[in-house]
Amino acid sequence: MTYLSNADLGGTEERGAIVREPEGELFHASWEARTLALSLAMGATGLWNIDMNRAARETLIGYRNLSYYEIWLEALENLLLSSGAMDEPATRTPQVLLAGRVAATLAQGTPYSRPAAQAARFAVNQQVRTRTQQPAHHTRLPGYVRGKVGVIERVHGAFVFADTNARGLGECPQWLYTVVFEAGELWGKDAPAKASLISVDAWEPYLEPP
Amino acid sequence: MRNNESEHESEHRDSQVSELELRVRALEHVLTQKGYIDPAALDELIDAYQTKIGPRNGARVVARAWCDPAFRAWLLDDATAAIASLGYSGRQSEHMVAVENSAAVHNLVVCTLCSCYPWAVLGLPPVWYKSAPYRARAVKDPRGALREFGVELPESTRIRIWDSTAEVRYLIIPRRPAGTERLTETDLAALVTRDSMIGTGLVPAPK
Repeated sequence: MTYLSNADLGGTEERGAIVREPEGELFHASWEARTLALSLAMGATGLWNIDMNRAARETLIGYRNLSYYEIWLEALENLLLSSGAMDEPATRTPQVLLAGRVAATLAQGTPYSRPAAQAARFAVNQQVRTRTQQPAHHTRLPGYVRGKVGVIERVHGAFVFADTNARGLGECPQWLYTVVFEAGELWGKDAPAKASLISVDAWEPYLEPP
Repeated sequence: MRNNESEHESEHRDSQVSELELRVRALEHVLTQKGYIDPAALDELIDAYQTKIGPRNGARVVARAWCDPAFRAWLLDDATAAIASLGYSGRQSEHMVAVENSAAVHNLVVCTLCSCYPWAVLGLPPVWYKSAPYRARAVKDPRGALREFGVELPESTRIRIWDSTAEVRYLIIPRRPAGTERLTETDLAALVTRDSMIGTGLVPAPK
């Protein structure tokens, strides 16, 4: 089975201009505000998780031609169908986010750190290479860092693993690291003269010794 | 992702707006009937991001860090806890890291895979942050991307890009402008722009 993300945009040729936007310009139509709220409220039901949501968005065929809230809306519609939420009779009892609980729910958030099942494989300042092979499912290693050598800069602890969580295979917590790369390693001769440093946050299964 | 539109496209889109309004209204109706949502909660959610959760929160964090060395040290060491001490926490900011700009290093935050952004301190991301041009260029041509924001950095400043690919969210502590020694923390917070906390802007000196 193939899996195609249309959202992996780092380093791609993209000629459009970056259009600045004043602070406080949140929504450009009332349906955008409603779509945001619907997406958050449905996320709170527990019918799916954040990684399933990201997978539903990035695999939309029209991703590159839709505005961001159109992406949210279409992904929400798809999740409602694929999760069985619209089946009759209802198979699962959802948690309903009530108006009186909104402030507390937002302030609480959903922490993704978890106790580690084993010791971390890598330590700060250690060199690592990112895996080259792209799995046929949702993953969070951007294409532009695939197969590249970087250095572990921070060890964040164990976190819910997006790759399994997105497929309903459980949280399978894995160590999460900030891995930093020299621009030249990523872009070769295209790297700017005064090179920058670029980091990603990568789960342990994405990494191997160099 | 669509970001810019010609006038013609924009006119075309106006006729589609009502279609989208209807589609979203229908969805809300069905989900309410199904018992999945409380429509009053939707109003609360929108109100929260319009009136309570936005970049002024982050600006207060930055101003405190500029004024209080102990807070700055705490913020750099454990940003989630330091930020929570000012009352900001939760959704899309559960695991915060703060990084500081200097003459030597300028930090820039992006999410090349989607639109990850520290909501509790900066609110909802601007359209450009979620758009293809920014996500494509921030990691490969950061100086070019910064130029589009009117930011020119000295050649001697190294740019450090943080691609938010997991659930860690980044807040930048921008450089404090010169000539602000006598300003109060509140006045300083008013100077701090949203873009300066993403890395696509610098904090302007007071007028």
